[in-house]
Amino acid sequence: MRALDSDLVYNFRRSPIAIISTLIVVICVGAAALAPLIAPYNPFDLASLNLMDSMIPPAFLPDGTAAHLLGTDNQGRDLVSAMMYGGRISLIIGLSAVVFATIVGILVGLTAGYAGGAVDAVLMRIADVQLTFPAILIALLVSGVVGVALPPSLHEKLEVYVLIFAIGISRWPQFARTVRSSTMVERGRDYVLAARVIGLSGPRIVLTHILPNAWGPVVVIATINIGGSILDEATLSFLGVGLPATQPSLGTLIRIGNDYLYSGEWWITIFPGVALAALVLSINLLGDWLRDAVNPRLR
Amino acid sequence: MLGAATASYRGRICVRGISAIPAFIISRILQAIPVLLIVGFIAFALFAFVGDPVNIMLGTSYTEADRVRMTHELGLDQPFLVQYIKFIWAVLHGEFGVSYRLARPVSSLIAERLPATAELSLAAALFAMLVGIPAGVYTGIYRNAFTSRVFMVLSLVGVSLPTFLIGILLILVFSVLLGWLPSYGRGTTVAIGGWTTGLLTVSGLKALVLPAITLGLFQMTLIMRLVRAEMLEVLRSDYIKFARARGLTNRAIYFGHALKNTLVPVITVAGLQLGGIVAFSIVTETVFQWPGMGLLLVQSIQVGDIPVMSTYLLLVAVLFVIINLIVDMLYFAVDPRLRVGRAR
Repeated sequence: MRALDSDLVYNFRRSPIAIISTLIVVICVGAAALAPLIAPYNPFDLASLNLMDSMIPPAFLPDGTAAHLLGTDNQGRDLVSAMMYGGRISLIIGLSAVVFATIVGILVGLTAGYAGGAVDAVLMRIADVQLTFPAILIALLVSGVVGVALPPSLHEKLEVYVLIFAIGISRWPQFARTVRSSTMVERGRDYVLAARVIGLSGPRIVLTHILPNAWGPVVVIATINIGGSILDEATLSFLGVGLPATQPSLGTLIRIGNDYLYSGEWWITIFPGVALAALVLSINLLGDWLRDAVNPRLR
Repeated sequence: MLGAATASYRGRICVRGISAIPAFIISRILQAIPVLLIVGFIAFALFAFVGDPVNIMLGTSYTEADRVRMTHELGLDQPFLVQYIKFIWAVLHGEFGVSYRLARPVSSLIAERLPATAELSLAAALFAMLVGIPAGVYTGIYRNAFTSRVFMVLSLVGVSLPTFLIGILLILVFSVLLGWLPSYGRGTTVAIGGWTTGLLTVSGLKALVLPAITLGLFQMTLIMRLVRAEMLEVLRSDYIKFARARGLTNRAIYFGHALKNTLVPVITVAGLQLGGIVAFSIVTETVFQWPGMGLLLVQSIQVGDIPVMSTYLLLVAVLFVIINLIVDMLYFAVDPRLRVGRAR
């Protein structure tokens, strides 16, 4: 394990792509995490918004001001600040959705793999059915249905959780399948037999003995899913079924800006778009690099 | 060259797999039935339990009598089982209920919008295959060439950019800045029977370009990367070395031996990605205001129009089951190893 780590570090130092993407991810995550401390304005503070300030172009254009480096949107929100807060929401939802999918996937996978038989058949059949549909479609329909089922008064408050649930539920089968197959391998091992002989309960064996040995691939799959989850959230918000304009994620900002593309206010869409693309591209590049570094044969 | 290769393959399927194929197809169809039943049940459950259609359709001002009458008209006062059987019966007859939002039968709404989505998806799929496979072969063979590296970087950008952003960027460049191509709608369409097509007019074709590229770009990059990876893997194998030792030309080795063996995963992925294309047509249609089923779905979700949502779910399920079936059959046709295994 130590050798692998130092190998990774060595590879990392020799890969400019890995270094640059790490840098971008760190900057994005840092800006998002510290938004309340370092953002020049608070885009959620309605009192500070002034419609007179709306549609100011970025500072490098003729009408821009240094007060708003990347300009303002249609409601007079400073774009730099809105993007920092928006990125924060995007990251929170993307990461939480992956965690949610991982937990559901692990539980289902462990149960199916350890129990076997009919339980396994039913659970995996459900996973198969769901895998026939693209994740984004499931997320879209789930968020739509939950949206109808919830009373409208709660919408704005719960929308973040609805999105996490919808995106997470659309991605669990991948995790379940992987965990199931490693569980089935581990189930036959001697240490599991030993645990069973000393009378440990099924859940205890599965969680404390099998899970630690089935953990590896889960981490890789989770990493791969982060970028996708962030994109899913942005897509749903862009389609208008995600976060409302009062609580904008990067996707919402892009949707708002899209209406002003034709009248020349391109920056409202393009800057959040570039930020989103840079973040997801970096995460994907890092994932690619990690996969290659761990499995050199694929290089 | 490639055609000849596949033709000889087909010849062999008929000889060896003649008894295996029907059994295989039947088992696949049987496997599809539970999928459709589950999805059908979910669709019905949505219909029956989510939201209050009476409220949505009546709007804000109504009397109690209106409410009772509407509930009765929609059949919502009947027992669960009766509603379910009625639902299945209606669906089998192509009746999917009435849209809450537009107060029109969902079947006619879908029928109006289906051609737009079908043409867009087909154009996107063609774009993805016709560009993706050659690009993959090229980058696989000349893996260290400068152009290959450019392709790979572009493909990574293509994979990482969300569909809607690609659409917005294309609109910004080709519609707003250059003014070459239209940014929304289908252009002029021609009606042939019940099918409206945009493929026969210049404005229709021009309108198709940007949406098709937007929708197909992700699949294109995916296919390209996949073909490249498979080519790299295959070109390393012993039978390629052997083919070289036999003195075959590069062309024969690359296209006759290598590409043919990369096609199995490509077909699977391309087939499954057809589902992805259908799903992401929702996004593309929203960006370009393309009057297809996806746009209809998004507008329906925004107002909670359950009949349209559940119909879409049902149709997509049937479509995906068919796609998967075709992919399985192609898989079977392309990979002789599978055939031998199953025939025994």
